[in-house]
Amino acid sequence: MPESPLSKHAKAEQAVMAICERFGNDRTRLLDILLEVQARFRCVEPSLMECIARQIGTYRVEVEGMVSFYAFFSDSPRGQVVIRLCDDIIDRHAGTEEIAQVFSRILGIGFGETSPDGRFTLEYTPCIGMSDQAPAALINERVVTCLTPARAEEIALGLKQGLGPGELDLPEGDGNNLNPLIGSMVRNNIRLRGEVLLSDVPADAGLHKALRRPPDQVREEVERAGLLGLGGAGFPAGRKWRMAADTPAERRFVICNADEGEPGTFKDRVLLTERADLMIEGMTIAAYAVKAREGIIYLRAEYAYLRRYLDTVLQRRRDQGLLGTDADGPGGFDIRIQMGAGAYICGEESALISSCEGLRGEPKNRPPFPAESGYLGYPTIVGNVETFCCAARILDRGAAWFRSWGTKASAGTKLLSVSGDCERPGVYELPFGISVRELLDLAVAPDAAAVQVGGASGQMINMSQFDRRICQEDLPTGGSVMVFSAKRNILEIVEYFLDFFIEESCGYCTPCRVGNVFLKRRIGKIRQGLCQPEDLDYLRELGKTVAETSRCGLGHTSPNPVLSTIANFPLVYAALLKINRDGREASFNIQSALEESRYLAKRRSMIYDPTYEGD
Amino acid sequence: MAEKFTFSLDGQEITAEPGQSIMKAADAAGVYIPRLCDTEGLKPQGSCRVCVVKMNGRTVAACTQPARADAIVESETPEIMGYRRDLVRMLFHEGNHLCPICEASGRCELQAMAYRLGITQSTKYPYLQPVRPVDASHPDIVLDTNRCILCGRCIRASRDIDGKNVFEYVGRGVHKKVGVNGDSLADTDVSIDDRAINLETCPVGCIIQKGRGFFTPIGERQFDLAPIGSNGKGRKA
Ligand SMILES: Cc1cc2nc3c(=O)[nH]c(=O)nc-3n(C[C@H](O)[C@H](O)[C@H](O)COP(=O)(O)O)c2cc1C
Ligand code: SF4
Ligand code: SF4
Ligand code: SF4
Ligand code: FES
Ligand code: FES
Repeated sequence: MPESPLSKHAKAEQAVMAICERFGNDRTRLLDILLEVQARFRCVEPSLMECIARQIGTYRVEVEGMVSFYAFFSDSPRGQVVIRLCDDIIDRHAGTEEIAQVFSRILGIGFGETSPDGRFTLEYTPCIGMSDQAPAALINERVVTCLTPARAEEIALGLKQGLGPGELDLPEGDGNNLNPLIGSMVRNNIRLRGEVLLSDVPADAGLHKALRRPPDQVREEVERAGLLGLGGAGFPAGRKWRMAADTPAERRFVICNADEGEPGTFKDRVLLTERADLMIEGMTIAAYAVKAREGIIYLRAEYAYLRRYLDTVLQRRRDQGLLGTDADGPGGFDIRIQMGAGAYICGEESALISSCEGLRGEPKNRPPFPAESGYLGYPTIVGNVETFCCAARILDRGAAWFRSWGTKASAGTKLLSVSGDCERPGVYELPFGISVRELLDLAVAPDAAAVQVGGASGQMINMSQFDRRICQEDLPTGGSVMVFSAKRNILEIVEYFLDFFIEESCGYCTPCRVGNVFLKRRIGKIRQGLCQPEDLDYLRELGKTVAETSRCGLGHTSPNPVLSTIANFPLVYAALLKINRDGREASFNIQSALEESRYLAKRRSMIYDPTYEGD
Repeated sequence: MAEKFTFSLDGQEITAEPGQSIMKAADAAGVYIPRLCDTEGLKPQGSCRVCVVKMNGRTVAACTQPARADAIVESETPEIMGYRRDLVRMLFHEGNHLCPICEASGRCELQAMAYRLGITQSTKYPYLQPVRPVDASHPDIVLDTNRCILCGRCIRASRDIDGKNVFEYVGRGVHKKVGVNGDSLADTDVSIDDRAINLETCPVGCIIQKGRGFFTPIGERQFDLAPIGSNGKGRKA
């Protein structure tokens, strides 16, 4: 007997209620609830929003606010298999377009579409952390890399014949990617192992030494080492720990930021794969140092393929008594994994906290800082994956050892993610202070003409600046180094980065929400040859307003690609600008101005249309 | 009670209490700092950024930044005024604003702010021209978010004063907008008597009360009589 729509709906509601109950009908776990509902129903449609809202005691419009915020949620059904092809700039240069055509042709749908039979959805997505093996895509949770048209065809045909993403026949990865719990074709591409992180590290040596010292001494060791946050902002880790420890509170939290969303960064992926224990060891030390009992690893949705492995490591450490017991000491601390849902802004620490609290991933007003009032209002340390790994090594080998690498302001080594036009893309562990040129030599990039240091929000430098050094004193970076040869179009790259920021802005504040759109439109006009030299003043002024008045780091840095290329590649702009001799605006193009009226009037004009010859 | 302290705002000494925002302290001293998303009676949100000032050289939002003893705060400098003009222009260009035919004209804070900052003609920015359906489903209220500046005042008023949550943000980035708790306004428990619907809540002309349009003659409207900020505080909500 066919199921009646009513009972189908009642069943769906029951399933949703069960999911809510599994999370204790807890409003603060809304992100997890939605992840499960989306996975189960392939969407969170309004009737389910209503049901969730009722169950956890909130409003439908709040649930809608969440669903419409995160890229991995949708209010109408997605396909059983969702293919998310990275169309970030590195992948575009590596041939995304061709790959996209193959998927479209075989699956019979365009990007942004779901097949009528509900089997497939094709989408574009920004950097998925595989820039060293581009073009790359996610097939549900499975990662496919180094796509060629032939491989894409094989994958698409396999899926069409009914293979599940897990059943596709793909090459093997390397290192711990071969672990059956990961089972991925991803390659680590570790090109250079430094002493601090990527050489062999003894298990839990730092933790055992830390536990023999009082917490305040542990904090002091980290401060003495001069460890700066390695996620991009470069705030002294020890000072953050001290702030959290000094704030009186009933509970404290340690959160590891594994959101790694900055385009061109993938070093945390390698640490999560190869140094998960070290990272958790560092978190455990931090928890001991600030007396925190609860921890969270915020893992970006794109890295869901690492989830099962990380869960297993956490469980093993619980079994070893290193986590999750009632005792004081190391075991008094436990960690849960919070999956993200596709939002670059959630890498910003206060937005990340909002997200963990089941809210839209919007940054919070500061002060208070997370170390004083963070997750659920309690003092919270948010640290990058690499920062926690370094902290564990510092406790093992000491502050002086750590300081023996790097520069005065940037102690230690740094994992650099190198991608783009070079022969050896991958992860390099190098002491801070290394010059861009030295790095390019190691990565074999003889054709490098421009290097973007620090991801989309970083700086683009030209060849005469390759002796600049990667460190706090000169060029700071969270790790992304994208190499571009002379055949790349600088303004295409800038325009792409602006698209990225427009797409990823949370929309909270005016300058970032609106200003980035204006920046992009003007860059687009310049590319079309419709601008004059004064347009550079427009971009500089607007860029300054956005950078100065935005509320968080995203808007503070989003104009960087524009401002740094105007400064470092003036000739690229000059070649496209028209000097205005007749007093008319170069930006005025009568044909495009007429396009809309032609469209509306459904006819063309004899006077203005050079190609028009009459009906 | 904790000790009061002073800081400098454009050279004038202002007294503040610990934890008090620069905005609140300035208001108490009768010094006006331009604002759009902040309004008396609602928790500050810090989103429009029109209240930006420089505190010891760093740009901060006056409505959310706690004052600090001995801070040097700059507000009416050419640089800051330039930022404010850019921000107000952005808001004009983000939505569809045709003041001469708008019900809020004359009592609209965006329009009044533009006048205050000397913006009197169309500007250098492109228009984004949103096309959002007008919600006229409710017997007493019309919601037209094509003019919305996303100040969140309706959201906060409904949630924190009316205890209802009729409005909430949906979408992100430039697609962010104000949504309602249901398929349309008629579907919600909103009432014409809600604080969220009070004509003072929405700074622009998004929330319109049916049967009450264009009720004040030109020349007698709020900002015809005195420019925004004349009472040292902007408009009361
Ligand atoms: C838009 C934006 C995105 C960010 N993304 C990340 C990220 O993916 N991973 C990360 O560790 N830090 C990221 N950060 C920096 C965090 O806000 C924060 O500084 C960092 O997690 C703190 O850890 P650390 O001190 O160990 O670097 C981001 C910041 C901004 C403004
Ligand atoms: S700067 Fe951008 S991302 Fe940050 S709060 Fe403002 S709108 Fe959101
Ligand atoms: S809302 Fe204000 S600025 Fe917009 S059209 Fe109406 S009066 Fe003009
Ligand atoms: S509808 Fe009015 S009050 Fe509500 S956010 Fe928009 S502009 Fe502000
Ligand atoms: S995976 Fe495509 S740019 Fe990073
Ligand atoms: S009034 Fe302060 S940000 Fe809007």
